[in-house]
Amino acid sequence: MKAIRIGGGAGYAGDRIEPALDLMEKGNLDYIIFECLAERTIALAQKEKQKNPSKGYNPLLEYRMEKVLPLYISKDCRVITNMGAANPVGAARAVKEMALKLGLRNLKIAAVTGDDVFLNIEQYLDSTIMETGMPLRERYPDIISANAYIGAEGIVRALKEGAHIIITGRASDPSLTVAPLVHEFGWEWTDYERLGQATAAGHLLECGAQVTGGYFAEPGYKDVPELWNAGFPISEFHENGDFTVSKLDEAGGLISTATVKEQLLYEIHDPESYLTPDVVADFSQATVEEISANNVIVKGISGKRKSGYYKTSVGYEDGYIVEAEISYGGSGCMNRAKLAEEIVRKRIAYTNLPYEDLKIDYIGNSSLYGEKTSINLIPEVRLRVAARCEERKEAMAIGQEVEALYTNGPAGGGGVRVHVEEVISIASILIPEADVRVDVVYEEL
Amino acid sequence: MKLKELAHSRTGDKGNISNVSLIVYHSEDYERLRQAVTAERVKDHFKDIVKGEVIRYELPKIGAMNFVMQEALGGGVTRSLSLDRHGKSLSSYLLEMEISLES
Repeated sequence: MKAIRIGGGAGYAGDRIEPALDLMEKGNLDYIIFECLAERTIALAQKEKQKNPSKGYNPLLEYRMEKVLPLYISKDCRVITNMGAANPVGAARAVKEMALKLGLRNLKIAAVTGDDVFLNIEQYLDSTIMETGMPLRERYPDIISANAYIGAEGIVRALKEGAHIIITGRASDPSLTVAPLVHEFGWEWTDYERLGQATAAGHLLECGAQVTGGYFAEPGYKDVPELWNAGFPISEFHENGDFTVSKLDEAGGLISTATVKEQLLYEIHDPESYLTPDVVADFSQATVEEISANNVIVKGISGKRKSGYYKTSVGYEDGYIVEAEISYGGSGCMNRAKLAEEIVRKRIAYTNLPYEDLKIDYIGNSSLYGEKTSINLIPEVRLRVAARCEERKEAMAIGQEVEALYTNGPAGGGGVRVHVEEVISIASILIPEADVRVDVVYEEL
Repeated sequence: MKLKELAHSRTGDKGNISNVSLIVYHSEDYERLRQAVTAERVKDHFKDIVKGEVIRYELPKIGAMNFVMQEALGGGVTRSLSLDRHGKSLSSYLLEMEISLES
């Protein structure tokens, strides 16, 4: 029975690269997907593109592709990614330039476009905003972008026409996996059951390590071996619609029925109707079974005809958010923190500072669940990692290790903030007076 | 005992909606948890955090329930003033729920 092996190479825009390269090197993959867009990422990318029309794609595109392209050549593993973000055409150009630099040949790079519907925004102003129930019109002057979640169709066309690297903008996450399976197995767009199964496989791959023990671990309850080195997932999809999820043997992490169940239900809302641009997938009758260590088979997924609508992310300018923190310690620290809050609130009122919304939290006490629900002393703790580095990118890289705890770290971590600032420090020394000559120079007109 | 002793959980988000799963470690515990952890009970548990409706979906074949909580994220991931904008820590709070063993 024919089977296709697809690797999940990223769980979010800034995810680690090493596990993806390991998968390409040793995973015997037919395809690798890099899912790098979240709800807001696309709007931020559009803003970037407004500033520089050649940008607006994933900022790590070049960093990833420099390592991925040589492996593509040696392993014949095609690459599908939504790293194009606001500018898939620009991203394809950038990848081509990189390939030229690397001396590569016979490479076909595709950019899938069409998700950007900003130019037509005026015709949607009477649409209802899903989050608030208000008409889009109320945000009209501040709208900066509009991208529809498109499906697998464009990617399938690119694969048929022989593309090796396929870059999309706002293609829906599971479509990156659905597309190569449609291409390989020759399904029709009405083959809802298969499209549903492929969507489930894509859903399990698209968050990277979140199915291989990342975002799962809870010491003493759900232990995960070598989590720091969690492998990324591989799905082997069989012609009959069943598929497995596994990882490289040498990688850390864990794939069990429990990790697969957690990720299967992640963000899907109604399990009978997981809405995507390709199909309405039905996960409600799914079964998961461990067939060997770190190898789980998923069966029982089906699907229904798609809704005919594309969810569209409209970006709009929404002011600024400030975050400012200060610590108090020792006995009475909560009393002092509360006094500090009172002072800040009164100062804001006294100086008539306008704001739309204001929230004050006590980190370590009530920042996650609020004061009322934290009254029973439900614990919380905030990990802080600080480093001084020579280069901004090194400092960012340490910050990215903290951010990567979302999809790769223990269960339930939230609220990552990474703020990097340039440091201007003072170093005082003594030098001989005679070394100094005071002079005055002028500009002449 | 705490729900945490019998089940595990993961939170996901879309807009201002939080999606919290509850998955039993042992399938024999599913039925009593299904009876104990109703949508009403969860809404009450989160009453100071979640402003909207709570819907429960059941997946008996994998011993799981999925709670979809409306108006749960302080306006949504992109504009919330919460420290944990995605509400990712809400799963840990669900598992703090006390349930009686003989329910």
